[in-house]
Amino acid sequence: MNILVLLKMVPDVVEELEVAGDGKSLDTSFLRTIINERDDHALEQAILLKERHGGKVTVVALDAPDIDDTLFAAMAKGADRAVKITDAPEGMTTQMAAKLCGQVIAGLLPADLILTGVQALDDLDGLSAALVAQQLNFPYIGVVTAVTANGPTATVIKEFAGGVRGEFAVTLPAVLGVQAAEKPPRYVPVAKVRAVMKTNKIETVAAPGEAGAAQIEVRQLAKPVVSSHAEMLEGSPEEAAGKLVELLAQRGLL
Amino acid sequence: MPVIAEDANEITLENLWNTPEGQRVLSCMQCGMCAGTCPYGEVMEYPPRRIIGMLKAGELDTVLRSQSLLTCVTCYACMNKCPRGIRLTEVLLPLVKEQTFIQLTDMPAELQKALENTDRYGNPLGESPRKRADWVKTSKVPVRILPADRKPTDVLWFVECYTAYHPRGQDNCRATAKLFHALGVDFAILGHEEKCAGECARLTGETGLFDKLTDYTMKLFGKYKFNRLVTSGAHAYDTFVHQYKPRGLQQDVDHTVTFLASRLDQLKPKLKKKLNYTVTYHDPCALSRHNGLYDQPRKLLQAIPGVKLVEMEHNRANGICCGGGGGGMWLDTYYKAKGYERLSERRVKEAIATGADVLAVACPYEVSRFEDALKTVGGNSKMIVRDVVELLAEALED
Repeated sequence: MNILVLLKMVPDVVEELEVAGDGKSLDTSFLRTIINERDDHALEQAILLKERHGGKVTVVALDAPDIDDTLFAAMAKGADRAVKITDAPEGMTTQMAAKLCGQVIAGLLPADLILTGVQALDDLDGLSAALVAQQLNFPYIGVVTAVTANGPTATVIKEFAGGVRGEFAVTLPAVLGVQAAEKPPRYVPVAKVRAVMKTNKIETVAAPGEAGAAQIEVRQLAKPVVSSHAEMLEGSPEEAAGKLVELLAQRGLL
Repeated sequence: MPVIAEDANEITLENLWNTPEGQRVLSCMQCGMCAGTCPYGEVMEYPPRRIIGMLKAGELDTVLRSQSLLTCVTCYACMNKCPRGIRLTEVLLPLVKEQTFIQLTDMPAELQKALENTDRYGNPLGESPRKRADWVKTSKVPVRILPADRKPTDVLWFVECYTAYHPRGQDNCRATAKLFHALGVDFAILGHEEKCAGECARLTGETGLFDKLTDYTMKLFGKYKFNRLVTSGAHAYDTFVHQYKPRGLQQDVDHTVTFLASRLDQLKPKLKKKLNYTVTYHDPCALSRHNGLYDQPRKLLQAIPGVKLVEMEHNRANGICCGGGGGGMWLDTYYKAKGYERLSERRVKEAIATGADVLAVACPYEVSRFEDALKTVGGNSKMIVRDVVELLAEALED
């Protein structure tokens, strides 16, 4: 089967994030980017499917610092082809990025599945995959934790709150927002990545058309303010429960 | 038969039989000393003796599939006892381990994370590279950081990962800085530019990562002028001597223990505070069996007023590994899940049996390994773990 995987880079939170002088964006002077964790799972799920059913995996990503390392690592893990989208406008919203990526993906079709992470730590709105699906007019299922391909359809496990799981049949081609692959993302030895860097090439595609205007504006970016402290309720469980009820009543919550 | 130069780095499983080391492997008489002395010999499906037998029989694939080499903690015990002088831990086992590693389909999660962290951040703990020298702020004596002050230094102190980041490792850092300062040593550290020396990546079988780290560190050494390299890491010391030297490292290399032992005449008069401890010393494999450094740490401990040194049942060349080498540092959960005894627990039981108050160590892995093991075997109130440099610094006049 033919699988496209959409990857993106997000800030690596190993370094403490700082707000830039403009008060609206992240200070990028010490910022490193890393593959979005859910996208790494989407890639793993794609490689698992390729190992099971054969076919090809193509990874697609917007240009970003360190993106080449990520794309070479993806090929070392088992992706056959890597496409980098260059010259995209800076500071795009999720909607703009999805519109751009959707157009590039349309040019890479046909594909049976388009996988990407269900969300990313820099927006958490979980919109990318759904927006790409809408643009391509493909069905979409999000929060996916397992995929089984059965010819023209796929059986997909979707996770709900409270440990509930749903099993869906979806007609291919489809877009899936991956929450977790069936196995944790695999390790790829450094020597293998270095070998792939020598033998494989990353294809580039210039960002097509218009990404459209941003429909939201960031007015302020700030660190959370430490405003209060936790109050420990002392005493036996009954006494503590009594005090808790009293407190909730005082605050008008009961 | 063509004989290839005996550089361990040139030997592969394919050319093995054409090397002097391969000839030694062929001389194996299957006596089983290696398997008998291996700390995991009783649980390893293919201990070293059987690996040699399988290799000769062309059955190595079976060994690789068994993942036996994941239980090799590279303690050098088998190599040390082999009557034929086969360099098991230096040559054969790393070759087999490398192939095991490449073919590994399910890597234990903690090991994978440690290797990914080492590649990305230069330390297995996954800490920020920018914070590598943060401990300096807590040092009571000045510590020069080379990238900020590039003038030549006599001693380049290679701090290493667990020393730089682990809270107990940072105690080692402060103690070492205090000792260097007391001895008037001209020293400096590499700060945020330092990355893992890579020995545990190599001995895990991740040789590509090791090559990447050695390339980086050799270039880094080339940036600065220094006369001597001193490291707090037992594995770093081992790899600087056996791997970096053949790659062109010119300067003399010391571990903090050998560096201080060579200045004992100058240090001893400064050790004025009496420490009334009974101390037992655990030999780290990388210093002891692989480099013969048995006496220096013991001489340092005996130079401390009030210290009484006692030996464990297994000591010096027979010392039992803490289980942290060759990736074992990140395989405790894997071993426990398989029902194996943790070697650190086996070791602290011996230490407790000596009746000592202090378990002295000289490798940064051992402090946290043994402190954890003391908690799990219930010996936490009987014994404390201290690096040799911590004890020396404690005995210094304030």
